[in-house]
Order: sequence, then C-alpha cells, then structure tokens
Amino acid sequence: MNSIVQAIESKGYDKDNVCVVSGIGCSSRAPGYMDFNTLHTTHGRALAFATGIKMAKPHMKVIVISGDGDATAIGGNHLIHSARRNIDITTIVFNNNIYGMTGGQFSPATPKGDYATTSPYGNIDTPFDIAKLAEGAGASFVARSTASHFTQLTKVIGEALDHEGFSMVEAVCTCPTSYGRKNKGFKGNPVAMLKYLKENSVPVEAVAKLPKEKVEGKIITGKFVKEERPEYTKEYQKIIDKFKEEV
Amino acid sequence: MKKTKFIQGNEACVEGAMAAGMMFYGGYPITPSTEVAEQSAALLPRVGGKFIQMEDEIAGIAAAIGGSIAGLKSMTATSGPGFSLKMENLGYAIIAEIPLVVVNVQRSGPSTGLPTSPSQGDMMQAKWGTHGDHPVIALSPSTVQECYTLTARAFNLAEKYRMPVLFMLDEVVGHMREKVELDSSLIEVIDREKPAKDDSSYLPYGVEGDSLVPKMAPFGEGHRYHITGLVHDETGFPTNSTKVADKLMTRLMDKVEKNKDDIIDYEEFMTEDADYIIFSYGSTARSSKQAVLDLREQGIKAGLFRAITIWPFPEDRIMELAEKSKGILVAEMNLGQMVLEVERVVNGRCSVNLMGKGNGEFISPEEIVERFKEVM
Repeated sequence: MNSIVQAIESKGYDKDNVCVVSGIGCSSRAPGYMDFNTLHTTHGRALAFATGIKMAKPHMKVIVISGDGDATAIGGNHLIHSARRNIDITTIVFNNNIYGMTGGQFSPATPKGDYATTSPYGNIDTPFDIAKLAEGAGASFVARSTASHFTQLTKVIGEALDHEGFSMVEAVCTCPTSYGRKNKGFKGNPVAMLKYLKENSVPVEAVAKLPKEKVEGKIITGKFVKEERPEYTKEYQKIIDKFKEEV
Repeated sequence: MKKTKFIQGNEACVEGAMAAGMMFYGGYPITPSTEVAEQSAALLPRVGGKFIQMEDEIAGIAAAIGGSIAGLKSMTATSGPGFSLKMENLGYAIIAEIPLVVVNVQRSGPSTGLPTSPSQGDMMQAKWGTHGDHPVIALSPSTVQECYTLTARAFNLAEKYRMPVLFMLDEVVGHMREKVELDSSLIEVIDREKPAKDDSSYLPYGVEGDSLVPKMAPFGEGHRYHITGLVHDETGFPTNSTKVADKLMTRLMDKVEKNKDDIIDYEEFMTEDADYIIFSYGSTARSSKQAVLDLREQGIKAGLFRAITIWPFPEDRIMELAEKSKGILVAEMNLGQMVLEVERVVNGRCSVNLMGKGNGEFISPEEIVERFKEVM
C-alpha cells in the first residue's frame, strides 16, 4: 500500500481525479485508508466496476487493488477481459499466496504441496503464474516485484500508472497470520517471510544467465511486457466523435 | 421531440431510457432481452453516451453501477438466468445507494427453461432474490407505450430514491410490436440531488431533516469519499457497530416504506361497482381486461386491478377492494407468486384464487373467464 500511495504521490495527480477500486480481501481494504475516490466492491468484481467508472469518466486515473484470490479465482474472468480490452486501468495484485481474510484457504497462487485450511493434507493444485496469465490475456504492461523490494515496486507501479492501456503489477507479499503459520517453517514470523522474498527473488534480466536450479521456484521480478496498443476508452471515443462530425 | 413508431417493447424501453437521460449501458446478451442491449449500443454513442458489452452478466451490472457512481444514468438488461447472476451486485447497489435501472425481460424458467417463451416467474425473486433485508422497487409495463413512459419513471425513481429499480417486462411485452408515441414532452426527468461543490460539510450517506435520501456526489467532481458494500456510517466508511447498522437498515427500508404513495402506481378498470376483481400485471393484464369485458357481457360484475408498481405491493388499495368484493382472481404467468401477496394482504376478507400458467404459454382471455367460472 505504501508503494502505491508513494507512486501516486510522485505523479502529482489531482486527488479528485483518482479512483481506487478494490474487491474483497485483506488487500482490498487498502482503499479505505486512502484519500481518493475509493470504491470497495464485491469479491472479484473490482475490474468490472472500475471499467464502468473509466468508461464514464475516461479522464480519471483508475487504479484497482486486488488479491491473488480476488483477482485470479472469482475475478479471473474480469482480469483476462480487462487485459484483452486494453482499458487504461492499473491493477495491483497483492499476491500473498493465500485467502487471508477468511482464515487461510489455498488460492490459485498457493504453491503445490503447501498447507492451508482447505488443503490440510497438502495442496494438490498447480498455481497460476499471475504475470504470465495477464500477459497471455493480452495485457500491454506486466510487471512483478515484492514487498521487500520497496524501491523497485514503487518505481514499477509508477511506470504502470504512466502506461496508457491495461497495466498489471503483481506485488508479491506476505501473510504471516495464515500462510506463514503453516508453511515453509516460517512459524508466522513476518521478518523471516520478508527476508524470504528478498533472498528468493531473481530479476528477469538475470534469468537467462543463471543455471536452471538457481531460477526454479524463485520469484522472478521486473518488467515483462511493455507495449503500446490502442486504448479501449479512446477507441470508443472515436465512435462518438464520428457522430459529432456528422452533426 | 415527437415521433410515432412501430417498435418492440424492448426498443421502446431504450427510447424511454434515452428520454430520461440514460448515458451508460453495461450488459450482456440474453434472450429475450438482447434488443435492449442492441438498441442501447446503437443510440448511446450518438449522444456521447457510453455502451459496453461486458464479459458476463455480473460484470454487466457491475459496470453499470460504476457508470452511475461516476455520475451517468445507467441501465442494464437481462432475463432469468442473468437476473439470478446479478443478485449479489444488486444488493451492493441497494446498500451503497446507487441509482440504476435493471431490466428483466422474463422468460420461462427455472434455469435455461424456455428461452423464447414468456413468463412472470421472477416476481418474488425481484423482492427476495438478493440476500439480506433490503428495500425493493419493481415496476411492470403492460404495453409498448408503457415501456417508453414507465422506463423513464423507473429512472426517475432510481434517481430520487438512490437505489436500483427493477423493470420487470415479460417476453410478450418485450418482443411485441405496437404503435408508440415517442414524445419527450410526456417524460418528466428527475436527476439525483447533488451537494454543492464547495459544501465542506457533505456526508455521502448523511441526511438532513426529514429527508431519507442522501445527496449523491459523483466520483471525480470535487467530493472524495468511500463507497463500500459493508455496513457503513454517514461517512461511507465501514463499521461493525450494530447501532449504526440498525440506523442504516431502518433508513434504507424507510426510503421505500415511507414513500409508498409516491412510488405505488396502479390502474383500475370497471372496479367501481365490481363484485369480483381480477388482479393482474404486465402483458397478462391485457388478457385480463378483455376477460373483464367478456364477464360483464355475461352479467358478471368483474373489474380489473392492474398493478404497475409490483414492489412495494399496493397493500392499501387491495385491502379496500377486498372489503367490497366477493373474490379476487389473480392472473399471472407463473405457478402462483403475486397471489401469495394478495392472499397475505386480503387476510380472509374475501376469496382469493389463481389463474396461473408456468409452461411458457401466454394466458388468453378465454382461459381467465373459464378459470373464473371454475373457482369464483
């Protein structure tokens, strides 16, 4: 959340023009602490509400805050279609690999084998690579960083905000309360978890030069996609303009 | 603007919406409502309005709510299966007090049912479909002309009371073609009350004096605040205080309860001296009117009560009619929904019976007359 507000602050936007939309979950409570036009919606649906706001008022800066469950499980459909449309919304997915608010159930981002309250014998699901999912759906800006890389995360969110089109930043973070109590020997220690993020991240630029064992299971950080493509609300405006001309 | 056209109810609905100032449509195609989306897609950009076909029904209503929050009068349309999907976000719009028109062109259910056949089978769902206690306004047009004028009224009620209004057509009214006078002078337009831009005391969910409806600042026009589906206080921020919840719930319910006189609409035909009343709504009321005339010809003093506002239910007038009638026959295209309300309100004052069909068939005047003779 700190990175997000710092990034927004650095851009000097008029606060009245900024709209932050969230779904349901711990990360989705963040907008309630921010002084913008804030919209706390229903589980998984932030992007759909945000699309309405952006279509109605395209000049507004629309930002979506979501979690790994909210964005890729129940919200998956809205994520891929928003990316496909290339609508100018910046989505930050707080990925803590768990459904924290409801007490620690596995999510589509929980690593295989990990323990959660609904996978008491070990998770048999294979998780998404959220960044790859967004890229596959056609997002024109995709990046990943972590809560332990404050400078990089803030910078990449800033770039996402600048990008005209659908941008998604996967912000890998921690849940010491739920995930951290059952997995990887963290014993619920927040410092250990943040340290883990720092020590197990590899910048994307380095991946090609490293041997496979040094990359497998690691958190790959950096910018993966940055393309310029026609933005959705601008394309719709062209239709409106055609009628204005006729008059 | 005045034009005479020969169009479908679905198309007239969009004309009414445009006349009322609709500038945003978010939705998804579903038989037999798709024409509402198609007409909106065609008309909106011509006046600078926005149309978006979303990826699913849920996103459709979500986008429409977003459009309304950003200050545009918004609508979405669907049928049974989509109506079911939209329920969660409908509740959101109710508690967050977002003006919205949700059109349901009812088809035969349950589930996929008979997609191209009519029914009035979602009437109870309109009231109870979304979870929790909540106020509801639902209207039912009977003619294509009414699709025009009543849609505009739906928008006005949504703006005035800051809530979604359910517009319950059935496939017959939605798809039939009739002559309609598109006359904007017939249409009154009510806009949501906004706070002054420099009003520093503005509370997004606060009311003054006797008012039950908070003023609504659109996002992006100078007032920044929080909207949530969680129970919230006057600032809009969430709380788990049961005291605050009680206050909010009471005010939400009172918005409709204390304004029933303004919200409730109905039409009566030959009820002044009637011994028997036929209670109907939507397209079934057309057959009911003919049935009244047929019964009168046979010496039976029947009258028609056509409900236009279905929720809140026109309790007072039904109680009055029950006092002076021998019986009420409810004609509806379902296996008995509004008849339950009539029974509840009549409470034994006179007999109440049902002429119901839930098989996707329209009800004819002859069927109503036959059923009348059978049970009344």
